[in-house]
Amino acid sequence: MQKHDMTWMLLISLMAFGSANAEDDAIHIRTLAASCAACHGTNGNSVGGTPVLAGLDQGHFTSQMLAFRSGERASTVMHRHAKGLTPAEIEQLAHYFAAQPRTAAITPTPVE
Amino acid sequence: MAIDRRDFLKFSAGATLLAHPVLSFAKARTRGRVVVIGGGYAGATAAKYLRMWSEGTIEVVVIEPNQHFISCPLSNLVLGGSKHIGELMFAYDQLKSQHGIQWVRDEVTAIDSQTRTVKMTRGQLSYDRLIVAPGVDFIYDQLPTLQGIDAQIAVPHAWKAGPQTVNLQKQLMAMADNGVFVISVPKAPYRCPPGPYERISQVAFYLKQHKPKAKIIALDANPEITSKKGLFTKAWADLYPGMIDYRPNSSLVDVDIATRTVKTEFETVKADVLNVIPPQRAGKPAQMAGVVNIDKRWCEVDFLTYESKVAPNIHIVGDAVSAALPKSAHMATSQARICASAIVCAMNGQPIDPSPVFANTCYSYVTDKMAMHVAHVYRYDAAKRVMVAAEGGGVSDKPSEQEGDYAQYWAKNIWSDVLT
Repeated sequence: MQKHDMTWMLLISLMAFGSANAEDDAIHIRTLAASCAACHGTNGNSVGGTPVLAGLDQGHFTSQMLAFRSGERASTVMHRHAKGLTPAEIEQLAHYFAAQPRTAAITPTPVE
Repeated sequence: MAIDRRDFLKFSAGATLLAHPVLSFAKARTRGRVVVIGGGYAGATAAKYLRMWSEGTIEVVVIEPNQHFISCPLSNLVLGGSKHIGELMFAYDQLKSQHGIQWVRDEVTAIDSQTRTVKMTRGQLSYDRLIVAPGVDFIYDQLPTLQGIDAQIAVPHAWKAGPQTVNLQKQLMAMADNGVFVISVPKAPYRCPPGPYERISQVAFYLKQHKPKAKIIALDANPEITSKKGLFTKAWADLYPGMIDYRPNSSLVDVDIATRTVKTEFETVKADVLNVIPPQRAGKPAQMAGVVNIDKRWCEVDFLTYESKVAPNIHIVGDAVSAALPKSAHMATSQARICASAIVCAMNGQPIDPSPVFANTCYSYVTDKMAMHVAHVYRYDAAKRVMVAAEGGGVSDKPSEQEGDYAQYWAKNIWSDVLT
């Protein structure tokens, strides 16, 4: 095994042995939450069209995502994402986005 | 050790002063320097999130030859006539200034992984870790007549948005009313799986309004439409009946540039406007880094870190990665964030995420207003060590104007995320 592999293995095993704590969850959720940015903006600060997730009430986020997940709330695309997540991840995302400050997201100006 | 404001300003000033021709950024009090090659969706996202999640403690230098970011997503709408190329072009200024990213407008000429050095036409940079986000390079081995710049002006690929897109649009506008547009689709994997079929739809949209007697012949090297097949097939039948002649299993074996004539194994087809999307591989900087180890085309990575399987401290993100994942813009940004997070953890001595999860959403337009999606959540499979699509993903029931609006919101938000 190469040295660089060992470094990563050490970092992974640190994770495995230190039972899931808040910091580890935070690392997992920050990348998952960030992948919502394509439609909902950086840290949930949408520039428009889609809901702003930053500062959203935790309970509301969870109930809506669970409703997308069960099909109780109809959607064009959100059920695809909600069904791919675990209820625990939905809870953690709700917590993450509720804690994000609302900021004025910037729409970049096209050159022409 | 947090970087203080004075250092930050010194960086910003340094970046401006040293952008060219001198390239010797002083090593500052940081946890290390990450050099990012490429300022597309993947590279720009990696740079931003490295700075954000390290709270400015990682020095980030991006090397990008182009002055502007030009979005491939939505660029087929330029052919359809509902977007202008300028609406898809953005400066990098806000990204740089908001996040204290150093920027070098130059081309990479060599990468030395032993000394951890990137050479450019006007200098060199050392790195602690390197992120290569080179996009795709075209392969002309089978189609040597298309190799030159003149040939690519006559027969555009338009598979990197910009002048090539405008060129193809102009050729379509100049085409005779009863002309034939021929498009060649390469074997998968290539950048943007539904892209060729969205393009066919957009050209059909344009022709239906302006040259309804014109025809489209699609020569697809694949055995069938590779993405959103049912949706495209139905949309073409409903919206553009009789206009699109789709021919599967049609790989090009020869292209005659002067007469815009192509040969497949079965037939010879003459075009008035010819659009050949060439086969693709990882972009040139990945080749220079020696990380293109799969079929001499794509880069094998560890999906927890996006570090190369063959070169330590070199990470690859975006279309150049070898993966059973669609080569989309959203995917590129999702990969870039996992990579950035892992590098921040490594430089901070923190554990990395052992089970990344991310989403991919991709819209395709079939008219100026109607679009449809393919969307999945991907989860890391620890046994297979790859990202696997989770249950619940899939495509739209049908194209709709509502999803056309969503696709615009997608674009506005991903541009805001990547570029500010």
